[in-house]
Amino acid sequence: LVIDSMASSMLSLGSTSLLPREINKDKLKLGTSGSNPFLKAKCFSRVTMSVAVKPSRFEGITMAPPDPILGVSEAFKADTNELKLNLGVGAYRTEELQPYVLNVVKKAENLMLERGDNKEYLPIEGLAAFNKTTAELLFGAGHPVIKEQKVATIQGLSGTGSLRLAAALIERYFAGAKVLISAPTWGNHKNIFNDAKVPWSEYRYYDPKTIGLDFEGMIADIKEAPEGSFILLHGCAHNPTGIDPTPEQWVKIADVIQEKNHIPFFDVAYQGFASGSLDEDAASVRLFAERGMEFFVAQSYSKNLGLYAERIGAINVVCSSADAATRVKSQLKRIARPMYSNPPVHGARIVANVVGDAAMFNEWKAEMEMMAGRIKTVRQQLYDSLVSKDKSGKDWSFILKQIGMFSFTGLNKAQSDNMTDKWHVYMTKDGRISLAGLSMAKCEYLADAIIDSYHNALLYWETPIEL
Amino acid sequence: VYFASRDDLSPVKLNLSGGSYRSEEGKPLVLQAVRRAEQQLANDMSRDKEYLPLDGLAEFNKLSAKLILGDDSSAMKENRVVTIQCLSGTGSLRIGAEFLAKHNQERVIFVSNPTWGNHPNIFSLAGFSVEYYRYYDPKTRGLDFKGMLEDLGAAPSGAIVVLQACAHNPTGVDPTLKQWEQIRQVVRSKSLLPFFDNAYQGFASGDLESDAQAVRMFVNDGGECLIAQSFAKNMGLYGERIGALTIVCTSEDVVRKVKSQLLLVVRPMYLSPPIHGASIVTTILKNSNMYNDWTVELKGMANRIFSMRKQLNEALQARGTPGDWSHIIKQIGMFSFTGLNEKQVRFIAKEYHIYMNYDGRVSIAGLSSKTVSQLADAINAAVTRMA
Repeated sequence: LVIDSMASSMLSLGSTSLLPREINKDKLKLGTSGSNPFLKAKCFSRVTMSVAVKPSRFEGITMAPPDPILGVSEAFKADTNELKLNLGVGAYRTEELQPYVLNVVKKAENLMLERGDNKEYLPIEGLAAFNKTTAELLFGAGHPVIKEQKVATIQGLSGTGSLRLAAALIERYFAGAKVLISAPTWGNHKNIFNDAKVPWSEYRYYDPKTIGLDFEGMIADIKEAPEGSFILLHGCAHNPTGIDPTPEQWVKIADVIQEKNHIPFFDVAYQGFASGSLDEDAASVRLFAERGMEFFVAQSYSKNLGLYAERIGAINVVCSSADAATRVKSQLKRIARPMYSNPPVHGARIVANVVGDAAMFNEWKAEMEMMAGRIKTVRQQLYDSLVSKDKSGKDWSFILKQIGMFSFTGLNKAQSDNMTDKWHVYMTKDGRISLAGLSMAKCEYLADAIIDSYHNALLYWETPIEL
Repeated sequence: VYFASRDDLSPVKLNLSGGSYRSEEGKPLVLQAVRRAEQQLANDMSRDKEYLPLDGLAEFNKLSAKLILGDDSSAMKENRVVTIQCLSGTGSLRIGAEFLAKHNQERVIFVSNPTWGNHPNIFSLAGFSVEYYRYYDPKTRGLDFKGMLEDLGAAPSGAIVVLQACAHNPTGVDPTLKQWEQIRQVVRSKSLLPFFDNAYQGFASGDLESDAQAVRMFVNDGGECLIAQSFAKNMGLYGERIGALTIVCTSEDVVRKVKSQLLLVVRPMYLSPPIHGASIVTTILKNSNMYNDWTVELKGMANRIFSMRKQLNEALQARGTPGDWSHIIKQIGMFSFTGLNEKQVRFIAKEYHIYMNYDGRVSIAGLSSKTVSQLADAINAAVTRMA
């Protein structure tokens, strides 16, 4: 039981490592409540559960570890300090640090209400208008793969749901095939493949020495993988590092993938949100489409249309023929039906309405540019503050080279702890901060916190250890 | 059936194979209460679209649980209930199935013969072997109660049994309350774990409380159960995918652990559920005026279905259709198991352009006063011309 709960807590921490201090904390706690040290819940003494309680068939169930990223927000909420700053969850905030519902989304919803759309079941594959729209946004309207009907697109429950459908397809039809994921990657990727029972391993990606891309390592690991492996790639704005390959590097990545007959699997959660341009952010995906390769793309509209809670995305499978695409689509439907029957209509209609109307589409592009622009501005401001305040000569330019909502600060766990404990800055323990949660007004404060944590926080290790 | 009906260009085509309610005019229906709730939500400038927690909208969870368990539920008062928002009935069943596959000893699940087509898929994908208990008696077109009790009595201890709370799909045949009590005794004596599929609360009898009696009978005996709830039919929120999974445990401590494990199932499937349907349901359930208006509309839908059943039965009798058609009015809910065989069903499709499931299930909710006679003619012809 002890080993299980440690193992599962390690799994859920994703790319975070356990430093010795953390392990000791674990050891202390495990003896008493048998539960995860991150838990705030009380420990129920067995003695008080006396005669009146019937035996439960779920008696042997252990307390699962809490979600690490949501846990950050919980801790933030509980903090009463005025200076606190939440740089945990990847949700866009305005300069006033408020959630943002796009104006064009409100417009679309009002339009839908006025029209009195019905609430009938969607087909299993989702809203047809949405599926058409989403593939066109990704590949470009009129792209050969679309014209030749080689793309199987079905609506999914945002990025996660779309990844899960694809993972289930891989498990069913590519028995034994492995998925290679970047080290590090978004914490939920591993959970998705584990639950779908698809084996995975990591390819080198983040280089802590340069706080940049370990390109040589990445290429070597992709090359070494057994032929026909799936390679999970972030289309743009890598989560959690913010480090993207350059266009030239993308070409080389495509080369080695083609050479080894691997299957690219793109996670596109930030199209339009990284650079501000939908087309620019789709460049990596379109490069692969040009090559005539067969590949998967999971899409999400959580960030670029601010539709987080509506759960709207899609899984696209680019096949070599229209016939294959039809068959793949039918199998994706077979996976979706026993999961939720058919997907939710609301978010799909919003997307279809926004993109389907020229004026609204332009409005969306403007709002997206505004959001991406605010993040770029805040990034620059943070860099300027760091450079002006830090007299050590450390090179902070990696912050400007990164892109998207997140930045990998290069801070290790002890340093990240210092950020939270001393400065009330909430972030994930792998050193990731969400710039989407940073205001211009708070840049100086954050710079002070980072400089202090980097130079002064107690260091146990300089690099995370493998356990 | 869908493709056949889609390609039929006849102007009198009638599709009775679907599972959504139709108005007297044969159109999909969005409830007034729902429209009002949506307008209210749209006017509320304080709302945002931030991620819901993994277990969904908290207020929705509480109100949904109360709806099925009752306002005065002692299980809820004792904190023995965990409810998480899921993707309608299917999603609730799937999350429950995945959870049970990980944590229940027995890997066998019993479903009624017949049952909703998606039940076996959902459970076998989660890793269960699916077995059937006798349920529908084709001779009486009613419940094979003796067979049901025998099969449940012979089930291995600890097995899971899916019970439809009311308005059985596809047969429309429900046990009486007295029969439910006997079912409960067998289930509890064999330590079977009930998993209720509650997709039609309020839609069966027209009364939310009556339709909850079977479930509450089980919960009130202090034992454990799972409940999959859907608002697709009773609030007409089909496409919004809004439902809930409730697990009733024997203690508060177990409930905490169970909840934490449920979240582990949700996260790698879709992270968190969609907000729109949950917000609509919450708005209606917590506002007493809207709630009352809703119950009136719900009763209206159920009454229209009763009326269609009556009209169909009378129309068949008027034509002197051979056989006993009283099961049409004895059955309850959206569907009726007509007793027609596949040959007859295909004949009706070809000659009368009326589409129903090959097992003879028709959606009464898809009938109107204008189309009842068309269906009666079709059934009459099929039964007289072929066995």
